Amino acid sequence: MKERIAQRSNILPGISFVMMMVALYLVFIYVPTAQGMGIMVQKVFYFHVPLAWLSYLAFTIVLVCSGLYLWRREAKWDIIARSSAEVGVVFTALVLITGSIWAKSAWGYWWTWDARLTSTLVLWLIYVAYLMVRSFAVEEDRGARFAAVFGIAGFFSVPLSALAITLWRTQHPPPVIFEGGLAPEMLFAMLFCVVTFTALYIQLLTQRISLRQIETEIDQISQNLSYQGG
Amino acid sequence: MSKSIGKILVILRKDLISEARTRDVAASVLIFALLVIVIFNFAFEPGGETTKLVAPGILWVAITFAGVLSFNRSFVLEKENGCLEGLKLCPINKEIIYLGKMLGSLLFLLIVEIIIFPIFSVLFNLPLFMPKVALIAVLATVGLVSVGILFSALSVHTKAREILLPILFFPVCAPVIIAAVEATGMVLQGEALGSLSSWLQIMAVFDVVFVVVSVLIFEFVIEE
Amino acid sequence: MVDKEDRVTRNNDFTIEVHGVTKSFGYHLVLRGIDLQLKRGEFLAIFGRNGAGKTTFLKVLATLLKPSSGSVRLAGLDLNDNSMEIQRKIGVVSHQTFLYDELTAYENLRFYGRMYDVPDLEERIHELLAKVGLTSRIHDRVRTLSRGMQQRLAIARAMVHDPSILLLDEPETGLDQYASAMLRELLVTFDAEERTVVMTTHSLERGLQMGNRTVILSKGRIAYEGSNKDLNLTELQEIYRRYTGAGQ
Repeated sequence: MKERIAQRSNILPGISFVMMMVALYLVFIYVPTAQGMGIMVQKVFYFHVPLAWLSYLAFTIVLVCSGLYLWRREAKWDIIARSSAEVGVVFTALVLITGSIWAKSAWGYWWTWDARLTSTLVLWLIYVAYLMVRSFAVEEDRGARFAAVFGIAGFFSVPLSALAITLWRTQHPPPVIFEGGLAPEMLFAMLFCVVTFTALYIQLLTQRISLRQIETEIDQISQNLSYQGG
Repeated sequence: MSKSIGKILVILRKDLISEARTRDVAASVLIFALLVIVIFNFAFEPGGETTKLVAPGILWVAITFAGVLSFNRSFVLEKENGCLEGLKLCPINKEIIYLGKMLGSLLFLLIVEIIIFPIFSVLFNLPLFMPKVALIAVLATVGLVSVGILFSALSVHTKAREILLPILFFPVCAPVIIAAVEATGMVLQGEALGSLSSWLQIMAVFDVVFVVVSVLIFEFVIEE
Repeated sequence: MVDKEDRVTRNNDFTIEVHGVTKSFGYHLVLRGIDLQLKRGEFLAIFGRNGAGKTTFLKVLATLLKPSSGSVRLAGLDLNDNSMEIQRKIGVVSHQTFLYDELTAYENLRFYGRMYDVPDLEERIHELLAKVGLTSRIHDRVRTLSRGMQQRLAIARAMVHDPSILLLDEPETGLDQYASAMLRELLVTFDAEERTVVMTTHSLERGLQMGNRTVILSKGRIAYEGSNKDLNLTELQEIYRRYTGAGQ
């Protein structure tokens, strides 16, 4: 039997669930709600920002593991890269959705083609393409290799998207957290949300990895069976 | 070192001879670029002041589309008769193949641009004959070609390669395409070189990153 | 009578030494431990059903595929450390010609000759084209040549750097009787006794005619290995049937 990279754990889902509940409490009850602004505008940001950060983290892991896969040729790096890309794509989609919800209440429209929004959408497209590449290759090996190559080449847009608000004048709000523009309660809630979503990311990632390992083991068994049978 | 450059030029020369003998292909790429321009002209009805706003987008979309056609072809040529295998058997570092193919494609696309730009300039009544535009064109084309040839080598080994190449190519090249459009637009608005610098920098960084990265990872693309 | 010392020196003469080579694609094992030794001048014919691993094995020898495990030494050099040096000593003829359709016969040979840094290339090209009987077509584009001519030119292409090891992957596929007879003659012309040749083929008859050793691959392993001496076609067919289970 092959070594498992990640075991399905029962603790991690529990931890993320409890943290998520606490996060919801912090965001909606603990942090004072200011008058005059829509509640959506205020609250969505506690989910939007951590999701964005973690999607960058997820894609960085895709880059690192793609490089390691090409270098070491061990299937586990491909599995981690692929799983991380999947979580990253979901998170980026949520970033776009939460961002649109915010934009509708703050600006009055769902979408505008400014640098940050456009680059985030491009990012989502790149990693959707990443997930598609391997299915176009005839052999599984080659598919993994091509995905790794694309996982490296596609990363260029990640820092570009992260830096978009400082590189260009955009409609997207500036990074208030780094500029110290947050009240202490808000900052605390924000940081807690970041930790919570990190736990969620790790949980989803390990979940996906262990699932994929089981899939490949089944593949391997059925291959062996068909070989002996044929 | 000089031996490697020699080999790059041998590959380049071989591609140029092939390309020159199949002029119909070059011609179709050109016609295709013109068609894109004409079709966008219907879609946007540029006239008067809007022309300057829409024209750079039309121009670069036409060139990018034409580029995808030629990139697709670059490795299809190598796939016929298994030539790529013959190249891989040669005692050379594999990045030499990449650089040779890339230079060939770069020259080809630059020639397409040299023909398209004056036509475009006449059709839209825009002054495109400026060193600034040439600089933008070279920076953008190097970026497009470096990515295009890498993905062309990748997609030629897959099923449905004509579909895969644009899906991979467009999002990754988005920064360069956007930068080229924006910078060209600013030139047409009469802005000075200094105000373009952030777009030029992005293109330059993109070019350097993708040429270096492609050289490093190309061997994994053409591996059996 | 061969004494011990003699055997040791002969060991070093092996131009192809393969030990325990395996190759897997994902979880699919294509080669399951191949051992093989060939001396200079030997001509090995490899038979086997589709999927037995013939082409994969040849690609490993040609440096196109890295073996998953095991060692390969060609012309005394280890495949892992000296792949570029080894590539200079290998010529490959496959059922694909590796020729550029839009280039002329001359330009194709010049292209490959430059890639291999062949000295006195002009002379070499004319000599090769004369040998394969294409001197009159020297400036014709490859696409205008017949399939048989193209395959002859492919042999010239494989020989342009005078390789000491020749790998032939089903070189007769798509050739008519006449052309494949010509091909056999050509291989003899190119002083085969000076080179080591490995050929995969579907045709037991041709393999027996051309080779002096025989290997039958089955499911990624060498199922049979022997000299072609005192072996006739009926015997070989019988052996082939026994070891591959063909014709069940």
